[in-house]
Amino acid sequence: MNEFLGNKRAILTLVGPALLIYTAVMLVPVFWSAGYSLTSGNAITGYHFVGLANFRELVSDPNVSTALWFTVRYAVVLTIGQVVAGYLLALFYVFFLRRASALIRTLLFFPIVLPTVAVALMFQNLFSIAPINGPVNSLLIAVGYHAIDWFGSAGNAFWIIIIMDIWRSMGFYAVLLYAGLINIPESTIEAARIDGATRLRLVRHIVLPLSFPVLLSALIFSINGTLKVFDSILALTNGGPGNATTPLTLYMFNTSFSYDEYGYGATIALLLTIICLVVTLALYRWSRVGGEAAAQ
Amino acid sequence: MRKVSRDRRLRAGLIGVAAGTALLTLAACGGTGSSGAPSGAAGPSDPHAFTFLNITENAQVGTEMKQLAAGACAAENKALPLQVQDVPQASLDQKLLLLAGQNALPSMYAAGNAPATTKTLVKGGDVVNFQTELATLGVLGDVEPSAISSIDSLFGGFYVLPTQLNIEGIFYNKKIFAQDGISVPQTWSQLVADAAALQAKGVQPFSASGQQGWPITRLISGYLYRSLGPDALSAVASGTAKLTDPQYVAAAQAIASLGSKGYFGKGVESIDYNTSVNTFLTGKAAMLYMGSWVLSSVADPSQDTIGASNIGFMPFPDVSGGAGSVSQYPANVGLPYTLNAKTLGPKSAAWLKCIVQNYGSVSLKNYDTFTGFVSNPPVTGLTPLETQVQQIITSTKQSVLWFEALFSTQATTVSQQDAAPLVNGSMSAGAFMSAVQSALTAS
Repeated sequence: MNEFLGNKRAILTLVGPALLIYTAVMLVPVFWSAGYSLTSGNAITGYHFVGLANFRELVSDPNVSTALWFTVRYAVVLTIGQVVAGYLLALFYVFFLRRASALIRTLLFFPIVLPTVAVALMFQNLFSIAPINGPVNSLLIAVGYHAIDWFGSAGNAFWIIIIMDIWRSMGFYAVLLYAGLINIPESTIEAARIDGATRLRLVRHIVLPLSFPVLLSALIFSINGTLKVFDSILALTNGGPGNATTPLTLYMFNTSFSYDEYGYGATIALLLTIICLVVTLALYRWSRVGGEAAAQ
Repeated sequence: MRKVSRDRRLRAGLIGVAAGTALLTLAACGGTGSSGAPSGAAGPSDPHAFTFLNITENAQVGTEMKQLAAGACAAENKALPLQVQDVPQASLDQKLLLLAGQNALPSMYAAGNAPATTKTLVKGGDVVNFQTELATLGVLGDVEPSAISSIDSLFGGFYVLPTQLNIEGIFYNKKIFAQDGISVPQTWSQLVADAAALQAKGVQPFSASGQQGWPITRLISGYLYRSLGPDALSAVASGTAKLTDPQYVAAAQAIASLGSKGYFGKGVESIDYNTSVNTFLTGKAAMLYMGSWVLSSVADPSQDTIGASNIGFMPFPDVSGGAGSVSQYPANVGLPYTLNAKTLGPKSAAWLKCIVQNYGSVSLKNYDTFTGFVSNPPVTGLTPLETQVQQIITSTKQSVLWFEALFSTQATTVSQQDAAPLVNGSMSAGAFMSAVQSALTAS
């Protein structure tokens, strides 16, 4: 076997086709898109080389800074929200519901399989003020408050997006983290209990360090997904009011396909790619340091 | 030694892959991407069907095309069967550009949400020049000259079909006006005073769709045309004026004030087009700024519960001391439809001839919608409101455009998406005009 795997030709034969397909469907489009960032024009009028003009525009475009700020805020808040909610649910499954958690796990996992557009429509109706008040505003009126125009202000719209996405994804993260928690040896937890550890100390000193690898995977998974958010915002607010909830992805989409500026759209896409790359590398580096610290 | 040689070969292979990728990247930079002219010297050939791309929100044109296919254009339909496809209006421009880039546009299609998109398609050779084509077919006389003139001023040539010929103004509920003792306002100040009186009596003064945005920005252009004259927005397009100039910001402020006083009702940004029309036609709002295409909804008893006889039409009022006049109505040809020049073979040309000769009558008779085609035969039995609108259309000497008519697609999008924040108070008039001007400058 060693002799076989030591043969470079054999390796090339085995890996070559997959590498070729990966190059064709992943790397070529990525570099192709990067090439577009040096051009101006569209599929009808043709593309023209403009050098670094798109990058200069990227730096001075106020819409990019607005979209970038929204993307970062959304990614940070939602990542914290969905991982924390998922982790709390996973703890709930393991330490309270135990073997009876299957039904609850299934019910809480259910929103992730619902179509995003359907969920967005549901939340639009839930928080609507016109043409009729939705359940949330009806409830506010019933308890003596005024109806709130939830999608009329940037702040409210942001939090509705966050609530919707946490509701959708927390069941998924709960299952992911649950898989990590049930791998913690029962004997370790029992030993800590016998030593007199309270529930809080048990979680802080035993459960958290031992579930660190899966927690980290969830974080990486979450941050990359949230940085690339598109469909839920498009369906819920379409980036509004104004452009207050427009993430980079939506701005890139509009720039390319609505404003016909494919070159500038590709430049925004490149910025997003670099952000995802930097964040992922930072998280991996942190995981190595954190993993070693947890092991010690 | 052999190992070193293998390593070199492996390295060479990897370098080859990298070089190939780089070459493809350079190819992306250097590609012209132009759609190209139709091949062959014999001219365009017909596709397998007369494909028609319509927008989901305007089912009427698709339905009329089907009626033509079953009636007046049955022979053309037999030769080249009609196939109707729908796309949401918000996705229309993306779809058109992608299809045009692949030389895959349908035979007939909604030509874009903004004239800028249509002009791009014209540059790509994807649009029929109807001036020459209809003359060749001998049916140029079946199109109203005023419609051709409007199209020419918007698109730089006769590149779209006038499936509508609209004027815009304010539709009002006569019953509510009479009940509350309100007369038809002649000036902007009177309109604002009337709105205040209606609001005080618990009636929502205006119905408007903030989700679409344009029903609100139309009010801004209305104010601008009355205060600065009919050249107000062409001055912006030519660069001699900016939207951030004080007199332009004042127009946006006038409309923002209506919103801040609650005259558009609650949650205006959540109101879509159909809801806004429905609000007016069911008597829940006193006024609706809209184009004459809404007459088809007015004529539909299932939508209009207040009755066509209870609806009046007035022009956007004068602004005191302004350079404009109420006789200058905003006019347009609705969402433009055009034909694909690259698939205009003899059978498609026969379809075009049939549409030009018959669409106008079918539209007015069945849908109470005025078009730029000559009604052949003439349609009788119009309601007083329809007659009033028809008279205005034929008597208008000078028309004006809408707010975004001369804007780029980007500026149009920014204007329409920021309209709701303008009237709900989350964006100031200055910030609104500044955002639209920036988009205009950027593109």
